[in-house]
Amino acid sequence: MIVLEKRPQPSRAWSVATPLVAVLATMIAGGLLFAALGKNPVEAIRTIFWEPLFGEFAFFYRPQLLVKGAPLVLIAIGLSLGFRAGIWNIGAEGQYIIGALTGAGIGLAFYPMEGWFIFPLMVLGGAFGGWAWATIPAVLKVRFGTNEILVSLMLVYVAEQLLASMSLGLLKNPEGFGFPGSRNLQSYDSAHNAELIAGSGMHWGVVVALIAVIFAYVLLNRHMTGFHIRLTGEAPRAARFAGVSPSRLILFCLGMSGALAGLAGLFEVAGPAGQVTIDFNVGYGFTAIIVAFLGRLHPVGILLAGGLMALTYIGGEIAQSNLGLPAAAIQVFQGMLLFFLLAFDLLTNYRLRAAASEVA
Amino acid sequence: MDLTAINPVLLIASLMVAATPILLAAVGELVVEKAGVLNLGVEGMMITGAICGFSIAVETGSPLLGFVAAAVGGAVLSLLFVLLTQVALANQVASGLALTLFGLGLSALMGQGYVGIKPPPMSRLDIPVLSDLPAVGPILFSHDIVLYFGIALVAAVWWMLKYSRVGLVLRAVGENHDAAHALGYKVIRIRIAAILFGGACAGLGGAYISLIRVPQWTEGMTAGVGWIALALVVFASWKPWRVLLGAYLFGGITVLQLNLQAAGVAIPVEYLAMSPYLVTILVLVILSADKSSAPASLGRIFHASH
Repeated sequence: MIVLEKRPQPSRAWSVATPLVAVLATMIAGGLLFAALGKNPVEAIRTIFWEPLFGEFAFFYRPQLLVKGAPLVLIAIGLSLGFRAGIWNIGAEGQYIIGALTGAGIGLAFYPMEGWFIFPLMVLGGAFGGWAWATIPAVLKVRFGTNEILVSLMLVYVAEQLLASMSLGLLKNPEGFGFPGSRNLQSYDSAHNAELIAGSGMHWGVVVALIAVIFAYVLLNRHMTGFHIRLTGEAPRAARFAGVSPSRLILFCLGMSGALAGLAGLFEVAGPAGQVTIDFNVGYGFTAIIVAFLGRLHPVGILLAGGLMALTYIGGEIAQSNLGLPAAAIQVFQGMLLFFLLAFDLLTNYRLRAAASEVA
Repeated sequence: MDLTAINPVLLIASLMVAATPILLAAVGELVVEKAGVLNLGVEGMMITGAICGFSIAVETGSPLLGFVAAAVGGAVLSLLFVLLTQVALANQVASGLALTLFGLGLSALMGQGYVGIKPPPMSRLDIPVLSDLPAVGPILFSHDIVLYFGIALVAAVWWMLKYSRVGLVLRAVGENHDAAHALGYKVIRIRIAAILFGGACAGLGGAYISLIRVPQWTEGMTAGVGWIALALVVFASWKPWRVLLGAYLFGGITVLQLNLQAAGVAIPVEYLAMSPYLVTILVLVILSADKSSAPASLGRIFHASH
């Protein structure tokens, strides 16, 4: 019989090792899944993790890593601030949509005028839209004690309906021959979030994601607000005695994560996606939850985890076209990763002991 | 716009159909939360139940077997939540989210061959005289058996929690797991049983959507009903009969919204479609101030060494 013994202090070594163990376990379990689907498991795993980085067409896929990774990192950084303090923003997907709508809306309002100030205004608009959408659950929680998990999630479905309404109505391209969807921002110079270095995949969203990582690191380690966040997460009672205002922390964490998710949406709609369409959102807001946990809610960890998750997206696409692996299999694969991570976290906080003849 | 096209009798009858998936999932989650566990994976278990039920019903031609498979599927998926939260002592919020994300992917994978297929129809209860009564007949006596099962389940859960020994022990575990443990109750085992029951109920609710309410399979077709069910437990202050009331309220809004769409009301379809979610938020705001009836150990991890 094996018993669990609580560690006096969480193990640092295991804290770093669990994500790696979880990735390995996911590869094995994922391999079994792929085998069950009738694919060669080794081939499938190699395609997902090796092909985008070192394969024959890696020059094509490597820039894609930045394109897919940037929104994930940006959103996950914001989520991690709240998660650390026990504030659960699950509605990043909705904030991402609203950020894209407000940002793109500003850009389209200026069409066809050209000007250097249009893109910065769109960036502000995107951040504001996400912030405002996330502030709804924050204010309701502070004012009425409403559960932020449920409210932020309900707002995802509301945002999806708003997106449909906008791409069929207000933001619809008047020259689009009646098809739903806005004008393509890629062909509107002042609003286009273009690649900064051609062929690198590097756009403003990638730059802002890197800034967000540094910002979050400094905030958590060198700033009073960061200290309050960590304190609230680790010892809520002590935090209250230390004079932390829970209301302000809730407004800050939710607002911040909303603004970052909104930014991610704006950079996506003005860059890689190009236009507002009914199915513009692809679930980055939910995948970012996995990224945040996989990165141990630590900025640098999130950066690495975002890269890994982007790899599974791109490798998954290659596996789809080369091996005929269904798209949903990659979704299952990502879900498994979170499972194994949470399961192996046991080893961080507890020690496994063989109990010989203990009287229970 | 033609509001006279809305037939109140049919509206009430279809309201009961729309409410049943929420009702089933919510009454299961209520038992789970009464045992002190917060499982946010309802949406994931529902969608898994939806495809398990759908595929088995299509393969066997029997909707009832489909429902059995859905309950089993939901319970099996909740077993993953058991492993994470009861064995590996992981955070319940994160584990529930993991369950939903995993369930959405898994159901999409399982449902690949089933898009565009019609499931076998579920027969309705047809009692000769009663079903033919005007108004009362269509509302009370001509539904499928699962709808009545949902109502009976609420009654059974209410009785179980209030009057039976099992219910007493379950509530004790949810209110104070340390005290329950000291009294010799198997906290973990009781919680595992509750979680599996909740998973089976969510699975049934999901299958009700894919087999009866919208008889077809599409990816992500539960569209947040699982989350509404979670909100409903808060709305109901953890009381079974109020779950029934709340489910009918939400079913009513969903159906009314669809009827208004069909009647061509001058509000764009998208704004009508978001109304159930907005109402959920509104209800949460109104009722969240009172948390006195929540089980005291809700969401806390139990480990015998503490």
